[in-house]
Amino acid sequence: MALALDRPLSVRLRRPSGAGVFAAAGFLALALVAAVLPGLLAGDPLAADPLHVLEGPSAAHWFGTDQLGRDVLDRVVHGARHSLLIGVVATLIAVTAGLLLGLLAGLTHKYADEALSRSFDALSAFPLLLLALLFVAVAGPGTVGLVVAIGIATMPHYARVVRSQTFVVRQAHYVTQAVAFGHSRTRLVLRHVLPNVLGPIPVLAVIGLGEAILAAAGLSFLGMGPQPPSPEWGAMLSEGRGYLSVAWWTTVLPGVVVTLLVISLTVVGRHLQRRFEGRHP
Amino acid sequence: MIVVRRLLTGLVVLWAAATAAYLALLAAPGSTVDSIIGDGADTPLIRAQIIQEWGLDRPAVVQYLDYLWRAAQGDLGRSYLLQRPVREVIADQIGPTLTLAVAAALLGALLALTLAVTTRRPWARRVSSTFELVVVSTPPFLIGIVLLSIFSFSLGWFPVSGGQGFASLVLPAVTLALPVAGVLTQVLRDGIDRAMDEPFVVTARARGLGERAVLVRHALRHALLPAVTLTGWLFGILLGGAVIIETVFGRPGLGQVTLQAVNSADMPVVLAVVVFSAFVYVVINTLADLSYLLIDPRLRPAPATPTGA
Repeated sequence: MALALDRPLSVRLRRPSGAGVFAAAGFLALALVAAVLPGLLAGDPLAADPLHVLEGPSAAHWFGTDQLGRDVLDRVVHGARHSLLIGVVATLIAVTAGLLLGLLAGLTHKYADEALSRSFDALSAFPLLLLALLFVAVAGPGTVGLVVAIGIATMPHYARVVRSQTFVVRQAHYVTQAVAFGHSRTRLVLRHVLPNVLGPIPVLAVIGLGEAILAAAGLSFLGMGPQPPSPEWGAMLSEGRGYLSVAWWTTVLPGVVVTLLVISLTVVGRHLQRRFEGRHP
Repeated sequence: MIVVRRLLTGLVVLWAAATAAYLALLAAPGSTVDSIIGDGADTPLIRAQIIQEWGLDRPAVVQYLDYLWRAAQGDLGRSYLLQRPVREVIADQIGPTLTLAVAAALLGALLALTLAVTTRRPWARRVSSTFELVVVSTPPFLIGIVLLSIFSFSLGWFPVSGGQGFASLVLPAVTLALPVAGVLTQVLRDGIDRAMDEPFVVTARARGLGERAVLVRHALRHALLPAVTLTGWLFGILLGGAVIIETVFGRPGLGQVTLQAVNSADMPVVLAVVVFSAFVYVVINTLADLSYLLIDPRLRPAPATPTGA
């Protein structure tokens, strides 16, 4: 191995090839279409066919059929809406709450900041899954509890980023200048601080969306999410588990789709991160 | 001073966590009396007895302070469902979960160290990075299901379910270790990359040290520091993951107790598991931060009288 000194770190870090990013973006677009207009890509996810039960992948049923003869691919396509919706709403809750609380912590003085920061610490002391289970125990299983739980559990991450970003922006010249102009505090925050704090958030949210989808799949696998027969991915995996020894496709193929979606989100997120990194407020 | 401050912060976080969990309990719909009665006989007399026995007629603030006071002494209440102290329930079930978590942590760390050190060449790095991305992005239960269908159903090497003996530990531990290894490898590799640009690496090479020795003895040691910060996170992954993995493999443990409690709204048990996990997280994180001070002299506060740069 040659001396690494002459090459800066950024050059030696591997970049995913353009093709990988392209494929990931394509898959995301496909998932989006499936979530908005599932009828365009697939047939009825609830149409049972007792004559073709647990059949393996074929030309007629690409992903095979499940224990009621329902087409697994149809169900996977229709499930995109559930999983994406849960992930997106949970991430929106987390980003919004994180933005507000992080700004508050970053703009206030010592004690309020300390109190907020410690409460972020307290929230992140709970493992995501256990915190979500606590919510389900309180509110009962279902989509709403799942969304709120994942949103609250992933909030501290965004809040911390916003807080430290706010500290940086507060010191920037344009803010001190605006203070000198005598602008009101509201105008200062809305016009000058907030837009510049937002910078890294969209990219974090894309990567965070993947995490939220994974968490949601895990929880609904445990039976805490949307209830059958709704074609949610985690629930499908849980249902198919009983037939694992005879029909692997009812569990493994939906699982592979979840994985591909999360990988795509991560690849696209990291790509965006590299494109925008180095841009400071 | 900095040590005392860190310990105090830990305590505050712990108190906040216990309070948050208690607030969740208060927010639960339906009265506590209903959950305790469950499917049992329901008469006004029994209700009055339950209120008396559990002290539910006291003001909420008093109940909260009582809960904090008892939690501080390690008393986490009684299970509605099992009619036993929660502490005993957890103590009974923690063994298999701990075994699984420790096995997975060791396996994951070993795999990560091996991968980070051996995949320095560009093509190996590419393969390893892809592997990391895939295992981190796969739902843990899918990994479990795939391993199960290959090694238990098809090959018959390992038992399909149960918690007896070493053979039943292998697949769950591997399942839980893979995502851990994925993240740790990324962190370690980043750390090694950073360390390889440091002047001390040049010095080591100038002393005539081989590339492998530079890597393992100098760069890796530096890369281990950021990995220490991750131990708290690692614990959360292992405990949360254990709940799912124990379900997939039908293993006894804390996960099954928790799920049962969630499904039957046995709040003291749910609360205890959550608060207990927060407690362990805070302890681990505090220890990790303090060990940082021990490992890295640069983080210690500067002596009062400067003795030269």
